[in-house]
Amino acid sequence: MTERQPKLALGPVLYYWPQEKLLDFYERMSATPVDIIYLGETVCSKRRAFNADEWLELAERLSAAGKEVVLSTMALLEAESELKTLRRLCENGRFTVEANDMGAVRLLSERKAPFVLGTGINVYSDQTLRFLTGLGAKRWVMPVELSRATLASIQAGRPAGVETEVFVYGRLPLAYSARCFTARHHDLPKDDCQYRCLDYPEGLTLSTREGQAFLALNGIQTQSAQTCNLLPELAELRELNVDVLRLSPQPEGMETVVEAFAACLRGERDPVETARALNAGLPYGACDGYWQGQPGLRQIQAAEPLNRS
Amino acid sequence: MSISARSSASKPLELVCPAGNLPSLKTAVDHGADSVYIGFRDDTNARHFPGLNFDAKTAAQGVQYAHAKGRRVFVALNTFPQPSGWERWQRAVDHAAELGVDAVIAADISVLDYAGRRYPNLPLHLSVQGSATNYEAIRFYHEQFGIRRVVLPRVLSLPQVRHVLENSPVGIEVFGFGGLCIMVEGRCLLSSYVTGESPNMCGVCSPAKAVRWEETPRGLETRLGGLLIDRYAPGEPAGYPTLCKGRFEVADQTYYAIEEPTSLNTLELLPELQAMGIAAIKIEGRQRSPAYVTQVTKVWRAAIDACWRNPAAYAPKPEWQRELGKVSEGHQTTLGAYHRTWQ
Repeated sequence: MTERQPKLALGPVLYYWPQEKLLDFYERMSATPVDIIYLGETVCSKRRAFNADEWLELAERLSAAGKEVVLSTMALLEAESELKTLRRLCENGRFTVEANDMGAVRLLSERKAPFVLGTGINVYSDQTLRFLTGLGAKRWVMPVELSRATLASIQAGRPAGVETEVFVYGRLPLAYSARCFTARHHDLPKDDCQYRCLDYPEGLTLSTREGQAFLALNGIQTQSAQTCNLLPELAELRELNVDVLRLSPQPEGMETVVEAFAACLRGERDPVETARALNAGLPYGACDGYWQGQPGLRQIQAAEPLNRS
Repeated sequence: MSISARSSASKPLELVCPAGNLPSLKTAVDHGADSVYIGFRDDTNARHFPGLNFDAKTAAQGVQYAHAKGRRVFVALNTFPQPSGWERWQRAVDHAAELGVDAVIAADISVLDYAGRRYPNLPLHLSVQGSATNYEAIRFYHEQFGIRRVVLPRVLSLPQVRHVLENSPVGIEVFGFGGLCIMVEGRCLLSSYVTGESPNMCGVCSPAKAVRWEETPRGLETRLGGLLIDRYAPGEPAGYPTLCKGRFEVADQTYYAIEEPTSLNTLELLPELQAMGIAAIKIEGRQRSPAYVTQVTKVWRAAIDACWRNPAAYAPKPEWQRELGKVSEGHQTTLGAYHRTWQ
């Protein structure tokens, strides 16, 4: 039996990049072999590189270029204005929407629109997945803290017709807060943040007082400083019938990352060797601990020491 | 709009107190808690700490004690079962129903679904771990599982709380006092990133078994999963190394980059919370001692009653604040997200 080839997805850009940079980025990405592109602001509603119309316009362009486009919604919804944008996206009628909050799940299931469950939705079991599939979920992204062992048991009980996506590359989204840590770093109130996130295209690194970098502050989101890279696990991801591999956008070298995964999927390159080459360029090293059932920041496979400088 | 014009409260705010063991439950009841929330002795709840929580016998005694005095008991089953552990959560729901508790506080969809279908008369509250920060999410849980109350994450400002409340189909419970999660509960993986165990998966944050305290020539150092969380000068009071409350380096500055070690204290917001129609105030701290529960319950009972009798004349008494200050993390308190400038 031949296993199906997993598709490659580009997750939403989690950082605040200016409009030109985003346009340039997606222009370049449309020329790569990614199959699916998730678009939209998921972290902070104050970031306005694009408004909803402009996101939809970009979605049309990428769709015309042959990409499957999914519109991603915010993870932390507080203000009514944020719910308005959410409704607008859920009612777009053209593109699938990725829900990152149960409010979005409600709106999408009400409309009987098939949707994707993003990393912001806590699906920790096949029972939960079955319930949400019943409401119209057609794909779920595994919460990043779950291990391959848990994924295996969820896959064993996975309801028919739902696709499984795994976050396989990028800095892991770990937490959301009411407080903006980037503004806090600059001693600015969140309401007057002066869009400091624009200065940090891949977040602001947080280290221990021994200089061990382990987190990245991205506005109200906290990420891992280490880059998750599950490329060496490709064979197992296939065995587990994972349908979609998510690559999370980083500002530099994303084409190389996409090409590396695509070449390994085509069988042209060795995943372990290729991962090692990718990891060598990472500022704070790679991690795969969660996948291995360990603390997330650990690197078990193709071990590279944590950068301590 | 003035507070009195907005007032929709028909009874005093319900005081919901924590109990990590039977003595805490009894003292909470004795000192005026309207409801007490507890957990079982496993990872089905978000305070899965060694030596804490209730077994079958103490849970039954606790429910009996509270019910005899006309008070309610809620059971927190607010972690997220993975397939391998599902039966434990199922048994916990069964156990809660058998005990005749007044509500189960849950977060996971499969737990809510099971409890709702199997025990339609068992009231369900959405745990803070359910991360419902907006009324569309609350409506989801209400429509799907018939939840009767929601506990809001500690991330909303007071106007945001009011807006949620005005559009919510169910009663709102907010945190009034205790440890302060700065991240949206149910969506914080920092602990598992460093230690392998998180509130969602294991019911613990920054677990004690991953903690090390070390006297060094540089001072007392606290570590979590090997990472240096804080270092204290001689004489400086040291705190438990909760991951988000350490001093870290960001772009050459060393500071509490995420949050100071501080506790939430909303005593001064009581008239506003009462006027907007909040159903209940929750006190954090099932992991704390019976002495903490006694002290905090006493103060909050007095404050809620004073505010109910005469909201216009209400002001937190200095001795209340002093008592609460004594049991607060880092001996400091904050209004947290309720006060917009904190964000």
